[in-house]
Amino acid sequence: MSLLELRNVSKIYGKLHALDHVNIKVEQGEWLAIMGPSGSGKSTMMNIIGALDKATEGEILLDGVDIAQKSAKELTDIRRDKIGLIFQQFHLVSYLTAVENVMLAQYYHSIPDEKEALEALERVGLSDRAKHYPSQLSGGEQQRVCVARALINYPEIILADEPTGNLDEANEEIVVELFRKLHEEGTTLVVVTHNPEVAEVAQRTVVLRNGKVDHEMINENFTGKIKHITLQ
Amino acid sequence: MKKRQMYIRMVTASLLRRRSRMVIALLAIAIGATILSGLVTIYVDVPRQMGAQFRNYGANMIFTATEDVMSAESVESAISVIPESELVGAAPYRYETVRINDIAVMAAATRLDEVQKTSPFWDVSGDWPAGPGDIMIGKTVAQTYNLKAGSRLTCTYAPVSEGSSDTADPEAGEEDIVPDNYKDFTVSGILDTGGNEEDYVYMSIEDMEELTGEPATYDVCELSISATSDELNIIKDEITDSVEGVTARLVKKVTESETTVLSKLQALVLLVTVVVLALTMICVATTMTAVVAERRKEIGLRKALGASDSSIVYEFMGEGIVLGAVGGLLGAILGFIFAQAVSVNVFNSSITIMPLLTPVTIIVSVIVTAIACLIPVRSATDVDPALVLKGE
Repeated sequence: MSLLELRNVSKIYGKLHALDHVNIKVEQGEWLAIMGPSGSGKSTMMNIIGALDKATEGEILLDGVDIAQKSAKELTDIRRDKIGLIFQQFHLVSYLTAVENVMLAQYYHSIPDEKEALEALERVGLSDRAKHYPSQLSGGEQQRVCVARALINYPEIILADEPTGNLDEANEEIVVELFRKLHEEGTTLVVVTHNPEVAEVAQRTVVLRNGKVDHEMINENFTGKIKHITLQ
Repeated sequence: MKKRQMYIRMVTASLLRRRSRMVIALLAIAIGATILSGLVTIYVDVPRQMGAQFRNYGANMIFTATEDVMSAESVESAISVIPESELVGAAPYRYETVRINDIAVMAAATRLDEVQKTSPFWDVSGDWPAGPGDIMIGKTVAQTYNLKAGSRLTCTYAPVSEGSSDTADPEAGEEDIVPDNYKDFTVSGILDTGGNEEDYVYMSIEDMEELTGEPATYDVCELSISATSDELNIIKDEITDSVEGVTARLVKKVTESETTVLSKLQALVLLVTVVVLALTMICVATTMTAVVAERRKEIGLRKALGASDSSIVYEFMGEGIVLGAVGGLLGAILGFIFAQAVSVNVFNSSITIMPLLTPVTIIVSVIVTAIACLIPVRSATDVDPALVLKGE
């Protein structure tokens, strides 16, 4: 059984079909990239998989449970217990330190544990920046805090929406390297990106166009390591 | 870190982070609480203050004899009914007709030290009678006899003979003639009130007893009591019912005007308090609405992380309650200073401290702030994380 399965999922806004009968499967421990041009339905799909939005029709099976028919309160519980979210714009709470931002996810999930949060920051190489506020961190560091926050409750799946969209090349590499490590540890990753270099390092890439799955690509030479294209 | 510690950390950090906006909300609450605390203090204390002011306008209760005259004992027992703390002064009067230079003048014998308490508006040129043989005369009497402070005069009193009654035998003849009594007095002061009091002469009860040769009985007793209209009515009824020979009456022009002024003043204070609290609520609601609008992304993030609506409400309410409590405490302190300043400037006396008012002010401030936060916090739960977190 797949960890995540979308069956004929559609999202319709008036006459616009943001998603049009999409079928996707994500296996346990898989690293999937979702690509597509602007307006192809990437973010809509991300919101639906992340239990932030509801599909107009279709089934979304997460760990065998159809979350498409769940109430808003049940979706909140699913987000809290099963999903780790990483955003393009980091979305850290400005008045909390790095470690407190990680503990925020614990606060809603169970009990805040500073030691565990510090360990999560150590995993992303930020143990020395734990007491810094977001404004004192670089973009790459903020995104790593975001990754630590997504990891802290051991979610079944991590969803990253354009995780390198606001990062320079060096930080992009650091974040992709983090994803590689997480994948090695068995974490299931779904990464939405418009950056081919980031998509290429995933095991599999699904390309969306006009709300439909246009095609899929399997990375035969999967290493999880980014290969930058050098312009001549 | 425990969950509660994290909650306190989030609430305090959030308040401190938005200092300028929160200071505005805090000031609004503190000003509201100051007005509330100050006006409630005045509201409660004003009857006492106004009562003291009204005591300057003369007696508010009088005793009259149920039949003929009142004995000294019955007057004393009637006075003893009044709580000592409320009694400002009690001046019993005995009136007799005396003659000065063969012209009849009405003489009033009273406790002159008590008269100064019951009639503080009396204006005396010279001194109040201080000892035996001192007399205070009304302005009219002084003009009639061309007397000044320090002048000497003789009062003549014609005792009533036993045979002078209507039932006496007209044939009794000269055997019943009683000689007049005389007493010399020194004028200590001239009384100027602008009223009938200027037609009288005033002496001590002892001097009157010496002049008339008769023990003191009283025609009327004027009392100044620091109490509300309702309390005065209770005292009046108790005296009339329990003390034989004495009928208590309220001086309605004093007690009624006191009640009217007090009730109007208290209504005004109440109205101002309600208006100020409503304005405070509007100001806090506006500030919190702006705060919620400013923090839509943060609310969206919290919801994306799994925060329930009740968690969001709990966090925002926590901020509101801290603001309410701190503003309430500030207001309670400033309110006391405000009430004290009003009391000293308007009533010329300090107010009574009410320890219960501080917790009451804080609780009311917290409730007002919580109510003001209801709508903005409700809108916070409506934030759609998918919309606010979307960023290209």
